[in-house]
Amino acid sequence: MSQPGLPWIFRDYQRCSGCRRCEIVCSLSHEGKIWPEASRVRVFMLVPGIEIPHLCAQCYDYPCVEACPVGALSTSKETGAVLVDREKCIACGRCIDACPGKVPYIHPRDNYAVICDLCGGDPKCVKACSEGGWNALQLVRGFVGYNSKLYAKTPEAITKELAKKLYGEELAEVI
Amino acid sequence: MRGYAGKILEVDLSTGNIKEIRIEEEILRQYIGGRGLAAKILWDRLGDRWEEIDPLGPENLLLALTGPLTGFAPGGRICISGKSPQSNGMIGSTIGGEFPVELKCAGYDGIIFTGAAEKPVYLLIKDSDVEIKDASHIWGKGARETVLTLVREARREFESRSRSRGLWKEPSMIYIGPAGERLCRVAAVTSKWAHAAGYGGYGAVMGSKKLKAVLVKGTGPLPDVFNPEGTLEYADKIVKATLKLDFFRRWGTGAAGYTVGAELSAEPVLNWQEEWHDEKSFGVDKFETFWVKRFWGDFGCAITCLKLAVIDSGPFKGAITDNPDYENQAYLGTNLGIFKPEGNIYLTALADELGFCGIQVGNLLAFAAELYQRGILTKDDLEGIELEWGNTKAFADLLRMIAERRGIGDILAEGTYRAALKISRLKSVDATAYAVTSKGIAIGAHGMRSGKDYPHYVSYSCSVQGGDHTSVAYIPLEHGSSELRAILYDSGVLCWFNFFSPEAQEHLWGLLEAVTGWKITPEEWLNVIARRILHIQRAMLLLGGPDLKWNPKVHDDVPRRWYEPLTKGPHSGKALDKSKMQEAVKEYYRVVGWDENGVPASEELKRLELDSVDKKLEQIRQSLK
Repeated sequence: MSQPGLPWIFRDYQRCSGCRRCEIVCSLSHEGKIWPEASRVRVFMLVPGIEIPHLCAQCYDYPCVEACPVGALSTSKETGAVLVDREKCIACGRCIDACPGKVPYIHPRDNYAVICDLCGGDPKCVKACSEGGWNALQLVRGFVGYNSKLYAKTPEAITKELAKKLYGEELAEVI
Repeated sequence: MRGYAGKILEVDLSTGNIKEIRIEEEILRQYIGGRGLAAKILWDRLGDRWEEIDPLGPENLLLALTGPLTGFAPGGRICISGKSPQSNGMIGSTIGGEFPVELKCAGYDGIIFTGAAEKPVYLLIKDSDVEIKDASHIWGKGARETVLTLVREARREFESRSRSRGLWKEPSMIYIGPAGERLCRVAAVTSKWAHAAGYGGYGAVMGSKKLKAVLVKGTGPLPDVFNPEGTLEYADKIVKATLKLDFFRRWGTGAAGYTVGAELSAEPVLNWQEEWHDEKSFGVDKFETFWVKRFWGDFGCAITCLKLAVIDSGPFKGAITDNPDYENQAYLGTNLGIFKPEGNIYLTALADELGFCGIQVGNLLAFAAELYQRGILTKDDLEGIELEWGNTKAFADLLRMIAERRGIGDILAEGTYRAALKISRLKSVDATAYAVTSKGIAIGAHGMRSGKDYPHYVSYSCSVQGGDHTSVAYIPLEHGSSELRAILYDSGVLCWFNFFSPEAQEHLWGLLEAVTGWKITPEEWLNVIARRILHIQRAMLLLGGPDLKWNPKVHDDVPRRWYEPLTKGPHSGKALDKSKMQEAVKEYYRVVGWDENGVPASEELKRLELDSVDKKLEQIRQSLK
């Protein structure tokens, strides 16, 4: 499904300041409100200083789409993003189970799975992040393919890796 | 009512009762939130017996209050308050993080804690589910273990309550370390690794209530605002203005470590015996090498002036902290004669881990070291510690003694001013000469003798928050550094550093109106709202008690040390002038609406409809005659 030239959000976790401006602009754009728990990108901070912007990585084989029992998930031809049909979605959570990074989650108020739609190809979170010079989220093209799926990891796994790098092996063990 | 969640959570830790209270819009319009609302709530509930309330007793309240702008303005902050065990008045002490945003998203503008628990507890809030939980397994634990244990526990619980909803983000939390548990008056309420509501000593208040931590997860949106488009427009302008502050963003307040010391000559060195150094090791370029993150911030923050510093080798390996920011560089660095970034980072991280306010405890350590220098405290008093200037390990050992209230640590845990009184009696000397405090609160690391830094003559002598360098008195009252402006930030509740640019400050009023729908002009703020809050805080400070009271004639002053001339650096020979101080204090009383003895004037209080404050202050007026 996935092809060269499609937009993809590259994530450089060490650069994440934890400002959560991505959550603000994402929820404003999708929900019309500042609503961190309904943002398509969620910044996890399981350990302070290790902030992880967690969002869909557009796996080449889209296991979430495969797993959906009611055909509520599809992929955008233009962007490669996973699109959720809210009417069809029954919030069963199978897409979450199928996702190697456990990225999707059920909307806190309405009954449907929340997944990044890449804002149609011009993601607001990337703009906010680059505006501030943080560049933890960057828009790249031509990266997608098998590589992108490597980024579909749980926040726990990413936290462990980054903690080793920032805080050292010993401390990462405790975490 | 816009911008507010509309409810405040009230938790009685003695009985375990939890209820929701509502504050009328009229009151919120008058007191806004945070520091202002704290003054109102504390006065209404404790004002008539203020002088009898023990700050560390169950009658005191612990308040954590957001404001209408929290979450909408860049940089989330919450104001911690109560009767202060440092000043015996009330301090609005703010702390950054996502905690205030989670709280508003859970449906609460704040929390009021009353009473005291019998056994250690923590509070877990998930939207309207509020539960007091056992904290005995983490009581006595430092920051690292407390944070990691509670995050794990809470996420496990959320996930078990609602399976198949996906991964839960961690709740946000405020907590105390061992210093707060042991009622050290220099203990902070803390968050993340390096965030602290330091001024006021509220870590000890939290400890006295046996409240280890408060965790909150709010799954709703921020409250509705009056004018959504306007709110976004103003917020965006503020963010854009703040993003222009390249230098501040790049190095944070830590850049002042060299500027204030080497250039302005206003940084504490060896317990303020000096205020000048030329140590290039405290330049930005030296600290940078320890940063693993160049920008670190809290919810919505544009300035991201925190930096994540880690030491990965050598004797101080494992230390993790912010920047350190300027205050910690000064108080846990130069003021202790420590001019190596590693030692400074290590001590800052240790103070964080134990739950101390870096300013208060750094002031205290230097006070003890000067007593050691002068032979007033000896090695025997210090269980063998050789408390020489620059001895990082010795200061670390003393930090632990204070956190454990072991030996002399028990006296020092009372904070610099109270410890000075005790040691004076014990050693038959006047140790208060070495206490660089105002109204029981260690003075922030911005000196006055060179005249080059921002404080005004009245800044610390007349502040209702004593030595707090973020809330200083100023003439004229409308000055950008004035306490009346600080009250706006602390009540909003806003991050001062995200409003550092004049352009951002200009848009603040527009943002306030867009969020709340209230048209508040700078004039109304200055002459009515801020003045009301200031007078209530001043009343509480003058009432004081039960252990100490302040007499304006004696205590509306700076530490004695600042009347001694500087002996080193480009401003050598300069000192403060006592008669100039007395004149400035009188002038401040006059412009701010206090009588000639420094008591808020009767007609001023009546103008602001603060009749109960006026009535209560009659006893102070009589005693000062």
